[in-house]
Amino acid sequence: MTAQRPDRIAPVIATAGGRVELSGDLLIGTVADLVSHAPAPGADVQAVDLSRVERMDTAGAWFVLDLAARLSGGDAPAPIEGASDSQATLLDTVRENMPRATPAPEPRASLTDRIARLGRATYGVGLVAVEMTAFLGQVVAALAGLVLRPRRLRLTSLVHHMQEVGWNAIPIVTLMAFLIGVVLAFQGSAQLRQFGAEVFVVDLIAIAVLRELGILLTAIIVAGRSGSAFTAAIGSMKMREEVSAMRTLGLDPVQILVVPRVLALFLTLPLLGFIADVAGLVGGAVMSWIELGVSPVVFQSRLVANIDLWQFGVGIIKAPFFALIIGVIGCYEGLKVGGNAESLGRLTSTSVVVAIFMVIVVDALFSIFFALVGV
Amino acid sequence: MEDDADRPIIRVRGLVKSFGNHTVHDGVDLDVRRGEIIGIVGGSGTGKSVLLHQIVGLLKPDAGRIEVFGESVRDTSDEEYRALRRRWGVMFQDGALFSSLTVRQNVEAPMREQLDLPDDLRETLAGIKVRMVGLPDNAQGKYPSDLSGGMRKRAGFARAIALDPEIVFLDEPTAGLDPIGAAAFDTLIGQLQTALGLTVFMVTHDLDSLHAICDRVAVLAEKKVLAVGTMDEMLKVDHPWVHEYFHGPRARAALAGTASEGD
Ligand SMILES: Nc1ncnc2c1ncn2[C@@H]1O[C@H](COP(=O)(O)OP(=O)(O)OP(=O)(O)O)[C@@H](O)[C@H]1O
Ligand SMILES: [Mg+2]
Repeated sequence: MTAQRPDRIAPVIATAGGRVELSGDLLIGTVADLVSHAPAPGADVQAVDLSRVERMDTAGAWFVLDLAARLSGGDAPAPIEGASDSQATLLDTVRENMPRATPAPEPRASLTDRIARLGRATYGVGLVAVEMTAFLGQVVAALAGLVLRPRRLRLTSLVHHMQEVGWNAIPIVTLMAFLIGVVLAFQGSAQLRQFGAEVFVVDLIAIAVLRELGILLTAIIVAGRSGSAFTAAIGSMKMREEVSAMRTLGLDPVQILVVPRVLALFLTLPLLGFIADVAGLVGGAVMSWIELGVSPVVFQSRLVANIDLWQFGVGIIKAPFFALIIGVIGCYEGLKVGGNAESLGRLTSTSVVVAIFMVIVVDALFSIFFALVGV
Repeated sequence: MEDDADRPIIRVRGLVKSFGNHTVHDGVDLDVRRGEIIGIVGGSGTGKSVLLHQIVGLLKPDAGRIEVFGESVRDTSDEEYRALRRRWGVMFQDGALFSSLTVRQNVEAPMREQLDLPDDLRETLAGIKVRMVGLPDNAQGKYPSDLSGGMRKRAGFARAIALDPEIVFLDEPTAGLDPIGAAAFDTLIGQLQTALGLTVFMVTHDLDSLHAICDRVAVLAEKKVLAVGTMDEMLKVDHPWVHEYFHGPRARAALAGTASEGD
């Protein structure tokens, strides 16, 4: 003898002399087949007979009640007979909890609804912009507060984040910039060779890497690496109500969670940008040497003679702004996370997309500004 | 048939479990009979949840044997374990609802996983379960994060009974509910137990629940099951911790409550 549940007895439905007789097991796994075999409503049925039913669960009880109600065609449901005590209890419990009539499906959206929805969406975007600006203000205020009271800075946390976002990003940033330098040298030399102006490839590489690409691509990599990490870390704290707990303990989440992260980016992004510049130039020099035979010594002397320090300055000056954008957006989206795991995922990707987008927009604004002032 | 009815539905023998060098269980023996409501009590951190997790196969015991429906939970193939799992439902201590699904979808989840039901039938049955545990209709479409703690418990219970299991494991079902809600929950468990013929394995600190619905109580302390028996038997145990538990001021109040109800 085993403790296995005995095999199911397939349920059978039969109509005889105005009585619908059910027999066998009415269980969740078996009723689905029965539904299609049920007699059509309107048949002259006086009662549903359960006396030969073996086992019945909630799904079975629902089936019986539903059958009784449908058979009577809208009048009082057909009486149910022959239920054992426990089956009667179950029928009562389920009867009390039968679902109401299903609500009518939503009417199709009219034109005004669509316009209203568009308006709401636009308003929502505006609201986010306002909120984000307000949050930026909070962060800047907290940073300024640190100048007055440097003691409040969480040094351990700051150093930890500097290692995370700065030190650990060096390999990927270096590699990326080196390859960009290589590609620029390769493509540039192919074009410039047509005019016999190969040596200008040095200027091309230097200006492209120092002014734009070095810092822009670094910022994009950091946004993907650290911006998303900020959102995920703060978001999961938000989900577990750690942020609310901080507030009730009188700890300011902006001060504790946001400031060290933003400050760490603020301090390390310029350094990463500098490393990217150097790696980009080295990559360009190596490729120029291989492709065009411009020796590193020639490359260097031409670099020093033709490129003034401002080209480097114009690039690196953007770094703190990019840092602020990435840090603030990452943390802002993190604090917006609600109670469910899905919002965490959604906001993490939003954070990366918005941060990269804003970095490029601001980069474009800087280009216009520098063109106007003539640097 | 005699021995089949008498055979315990859950049988734990010589269970040993430790985390690192911290031993939680050292020789736990426990029998749960078919159709009863058993309450597991014990101080915080005595391993009630760990015991429950081991019985349902989420944690692996270091030694000992656990049988549910007469089959060892550990020595089963994946297929057998799946079949076993379908015959019980679990409600975790903190609800453990899927946060990206609505309440009704949470209840549908086990049906979707285990059975091949038409969509509308599944939705109807899930709807009945949600109403059975006393959640309002408008809760069906809500996400767990939009529910109160007590409503989350109810939703967790609805998911645990979604497949009309033979055993339900409840980890502190009434913790965090208001007294009226807790009493209603007790009634609900009792009702469903009679209606569905459930066996209920319930970890609880709620002395009122213990009095109101538990057929037997098992006390977990000193790394084993110190005492098992009905409430009346528990009142006579003279182990200091057990005595304190069932005779403390709160216990007396709960006892007085049930006594006056009985009059
Ligand atoms: N995954 C784990 N790793 C290490 N230790 C654990 C783990 N899970 C539980 N423990 C330890 O096992 C012990 C028992 O934990 P358990 O959660 O079972 O307590 P409990 O009796 O359910 O308490 P409570 O009433 O507070 O819920 C605790 O000391 C806990 O620290
Ligand atoms: Mg526990």
